[in-house]
Amino acid sequence: MEMNSPVGPNALDRPGIVGKPLDRVDGPLKVTGGARYAYEMQQDSVLYGFVVEASIGKGRIKSIDTRAAEKAPGVALVLTHRNAPAQGTGNHREAHPVLTGPQVTRYGQPVAFVVAESFEQARAAAYLVDVKYDRSNGKYALRSNLNEACVPKPIDAPAADSAVGDFASAFAGAPVQLDVTYTTPLQSHAMMEPHATLAAWDGDKLTLHTANQMLNQGQRVIATTLKIPAENIRLISPFIGGGFGGKLWVNADAVLAAIASRQLKRPVKIALTRQQIFHVTTHRSDTIQRLRLGTDREGRILAIGHDVFSGNLPSEQTYEGAALQTRTLYAGPNRLTRHRLAPLDIPVASSMRAPGEAVGLMALECAMDELAEKLNLDPIELRIRNEPSEDPEKHIPYSSRHLIPCMQEGARRFGWDKRNPKPGQLRDGRWLLGIGMAAATRGNPLLLSKANVRLDPDGTCTVRMAMTDIGTGTYTILAQIAAEMLGLPTERVRVELGDTSFPQAAGSGGSWGAGSSGSALFEACNALCEKLARTAGMDSATATFANGSIASGEQSRKLTDLVGAGMEADGEIRPGSNNKEFSQQSYGAHFAEVGVDEDTGEVRLRRMLGVFTAGRVLNAKTARSQAIGGMAFGVGAALQEAMALDPRFGLFVNHDLAEYHVPVHADIPAIDAIFLDELDDRSNPLKSKGIGELGICGAGASIANAVYNACGVRIRDYPITLDKLLSGLPVRT
Amino acid sequence: MKAFTYQRTDSTAQAAAAAVQPGAKIIAGGTNLLDLMKLQVETPSNLVDINRLPLDKTEETPDGGLRIGALVRNSDLAADPRVRQRYGVLSRALLAGASAQLRNKATTGGNLLQRTRCYYFYDITKPCNKRNPGSGCAALAGFNRIHAILGASEHCIATHPSDMAVAMRALDAKVETVNRHGETKVIPIAEFYRLPGDTPEIETSLKPGEIITAVTLPPPPPGVQVYRKVRDRASYAFALVSVAAIVDSTRGRIRSARLAFGGLAHRPWRVAQAEQRLVNAAANTTTLNSAADAVLEGARGFGGNDFKVPLTRRTLHSVLAETTRT
Ligand SMILES: Cc1cc2nc3c(=O)[nH]c(=O)nc-3n(C[C@H](O)[C@H](O)[C@H](O)COP(=O)(O)OP(=O)(O)OC[C@H]3O[C@@H](n4cnc5c(N)ncnc54)[C@H](O)[C@@H]3O)c2cc1C
Ligand code: SF4
Repeated sequence: MEMNSPVGPNALDRPGIVGKPLDRVDGPLKVTGGARYAYEMQQDSVLYGFVVEASIGKGRIKSIDTRAAEKAPGVALVLTHRNAPAQGTGNHREAHPVLTGPQVTRYGQPVAFVVAESFEQARAAAYLVDVKYDRSNGKYALRSNLNEACVPKPIDAPAADSAVGDFASAFAGAPVQLDVTYTTPLQSHAMMEPHATLAAWDGDKLTLHTANQMLNQGQRVIATTLKIPAENIRLISPFIGGGFGGKLWVNADAVLAAIASRQLKRPVKIALTRQQIFHVTTHRSDTIQRLRLGTDREGRILAIGHDVFSGNLPSEQTYEGAALQTRTLYAGPNRLTRHRLAPLDIPVASSMRAPGEAVGLMALECAMDELAEKLNLDPIELRIRNEPSEDPEKHIPYSSRHLIPCMQEGARRFGWDKRNPKPGQLRDGRWLLGIGMAAATRGNPLLLSKANVRLDPDGTCTVRMAMTDIGTGTYTILAQIAAEMLGLPTERVRVELGDTSFPQAAGSGGSWGAGSSGSALFEACNALCEKLARTAGMDSATATFANGSIASGEQSRKLTDLVGAGMEADGEIRPGSNNKEFSQQSYGAHFAEVGVDEDTGEVRLRRMLGVFTAGRVLNAKTARSQAIGGMAFGVGAALQEAMALDPRFGLFVNHDLAEYHVPVHADIPAIDAIFLDELDDRSNPLKSKGIGELGICGAGASIANAVYNACGVRIRDYPITLDKLLSGLPVRT
Repeated sequence: MKAFTYQRTDSTAQAAAAAVQPGAKIIAGGTNLLDLMKLQVETPSNLVDINRLPLDKTEETPDGGLRIGALVRNSDLAADPRVRQRYGVLSRALLAGASAQLRNKATTGGNLLQRTRCYYFYDITKPCNKRNPGSGCAALAGFNRIHAILGASEHCIATHPSDMAVAMRALDAKVETVNRHGETKVIPIAEFYRLPGDTPEIETSLKPGEIITAVTLPPPPPGVQVYRKVRDRASYAFALVSVAAIVDSTRGRIRSARLAFGGLAHRPWRVAQAEQRLVNAAANTTTLNSAADAVLEGARGFGGNDFKVPLTRRTLHSVLAETTRT
């Protein structure tokens, strides 16, 4: 099916199992250890690999002495650029060549790979590899290299610039103006499971058990890199311990393991250490964002401008699309957004947790808060006054948009009316209290996906696709969809994911997973239902499926009597004109209450609520968990997360989880998320929209706005740590 | 991690004899040592496991204090009713440290001897005088948000990260040790830690092979006990600044005060003069400022940690306001 028209009424519209807060079907496996992750896969005669990272940011390997390592106990191979094979090249989404030569282009670049009989032996030997470098001066800090920033030209992302009307004159002439610059720091995904791969060859066929979010994409990247046909490569990844974008693309673990395994003719296993993940894999670029908002005296936006700088390796075009949501969130006749990318000699910057919106809204939604104060308007009222009737840049309708109800419902539930717009008015002992809000929006992409569904004579239904579940609940919602469509209990549905030998799927990322994979399955189930109806001699238009039977009129047949030795069907979903003719986003509103210690400047979240609309909710429980997780990300982004760059070395100094702070339990008090009813019939057959990343979008801004409301100090340089607040807080007298 | 041998010992003297050998290292909870070994910051060739030694008891002392065995786990110590009733500052300091899982493993002796969290100390590819004497100090002109503002030297600006030790410093604890000859020693905690000077690799007054057997606490001093830890998140973060305070006051008048600070220096920081300025003084801004001045005498930031100077002052004010409120 191609999404070219509204989907109309369908089987999911009746009340059923879809939408119910079903517990995760893979939950028992996960809590009993039955769910096996890449590194836990066992294979006979497996060897273990350990990466040696470059300890300089830029330069050349002068010499590399591997003799001691090679002689160390258990060592089977030390790979360096001298003995690594030639590989295909491209940007990080196309290829991932490793050990290509003596050039060091970034800190932590693998310069050797030591393979041994045990992990401990490999690691010990890795420390014996003696690398000498000629260091050259690298460009590491974004701020110091803005003059070299260019217009990025990625092939697979929106254009860097957009303009409508005449921003410059409209802004200059606007009676009320706000011109502020926000900065967000370098961030690391910090997912639970480290990047890990087990590679094994059988002749010229390669199998990779690897933690990867998009298996079909990964298969192509490995094929390009190793210069072998994609059909010779099988990626297996049934369980992934979080990715957050850090496992969207192929990382060094997979390629190093594959190369070493081919040379040694034995399976090779590798997991990056926590410390290595920070440099060896990708991260989110820091951003410098200038927001200019010009309004009339009533707060109607006349001009809106958002300029964003981010950085990446010179060979990459991926930019942090922090202004993308500014193109569509609020009305206004004169608009300008620009992204510039500075070439830097640091590890690859790529997608992380709502790339673009997550950090873009941390600027835009705080600027809106600042603007509301300037205008003496309630922040929600300001947003209502700028609610667009159509997408203000594309001039096309929204497929569905209920931002205002989200804000109003949230305000009611959270007690927004108790907020004093004047900062610093409320306290609890030494804690200054404040509340803040922000809007949430995240694009709703749809990607080509296919699915196969099969019904066997024993009554079990098997769903197969090369989809992944990165911990979000994909297994569960797919089981619900198949169960609903075929009238089976969910226990009868077996969902098999994470294998490129299954039909091609979108994978998990960009909030497209549930909609894309679920729609493909929906289509496959429809096809199977038709086959079953035909076999039963019923009209598929009137046939209903329930309790393992198909019924039409007086007639009813057990499905197991119809399937013969087993019956299967395929389904497919493709984006179509709906994706061009309708502006598609999910929406929401965040409300946060924080305390700021007036003496120490410590900020602690007290409570938080997110109210969202994202089309049909497929599982109330996994949706809520997903939203809450995103909101916790927002807490980290606002208050804690930052990689500290040492510009002398191009090094991320705090590369472990003791010093790279993400929220811990004690930082996350009462957080709740609710979804308002909505169906979007332009989005996909499920009428759902993406929720994966919606929770993080705007979450950080609501906290930043609450901090301002609490203490009257506006920090525009994230994260809002106490050292930045201190000088603005009153001194005790 | 380098390959190492492992040995279990039955007596403290035997452990000390083993520990004095070159390349040997005591292992207690292992929560710090093993991390450092994985990163090759520590490369012992022999691990001497002391976990079976009978050093895991906390007992009353005749003078009304407590004697805490070196192997008493941080969780157990924090939960000990005697500690909670009489040495609240210690219980709170322990509970403010690390995570529940780490505290279950971490021991009293190991906690005292945990090493700095300086990022560059953990990264063997970077210069660090503490890890590799004479190689320089990468933190001095580097990212030094968590580093010392007091007692630092041009050779090292690291802090001691323990919360427990700060409370013990306020309590005037004593560290008991034994060496390979079975000789015991009692070291007041004030003399236990050293400033970095030009030998930052030497952190305590312990001699090679000397083993901590216990920490004794004198009877608790009068007053309210508070441990305030200022940190970047609500749990599982080291102190940017911490204060262990024991303040005896009535109606806004301070009779006596003890103040020890963490996060500021290579050792828990305590300034006699600051405490003297509080004796028999009204708990007002002038007194508190004067005490803060004494604490911060000679304080200096290195860029990333400049904020610790005002933060220390503010935290001190806050803690004294809390402890003198009646
Ligand atoms: C992520 C993380 C967060 C942490 N957060 C905090 C925090 O917020 N606050 C805090 O205070 N601490 C914190 N810690 C540190 C923790 O408190 C220490 O790791 C722990 O107390 C060390 O005790 P241990 O018994 O495990 O020591 P080990 O690792 O076994 O030993 C540490 C050192 O002491 C030596 N040693 C141990 N026992 C003896 C003895 N009896 N005699 C002589 N030498 C001995 C060892 O040789 C070694 O050099 C944290 C640790 C981690 C990993
Ligand atoms: S501060 Fe001390 S521990 Fe840190 S790099 Fe300098 S010498 Fe090493």
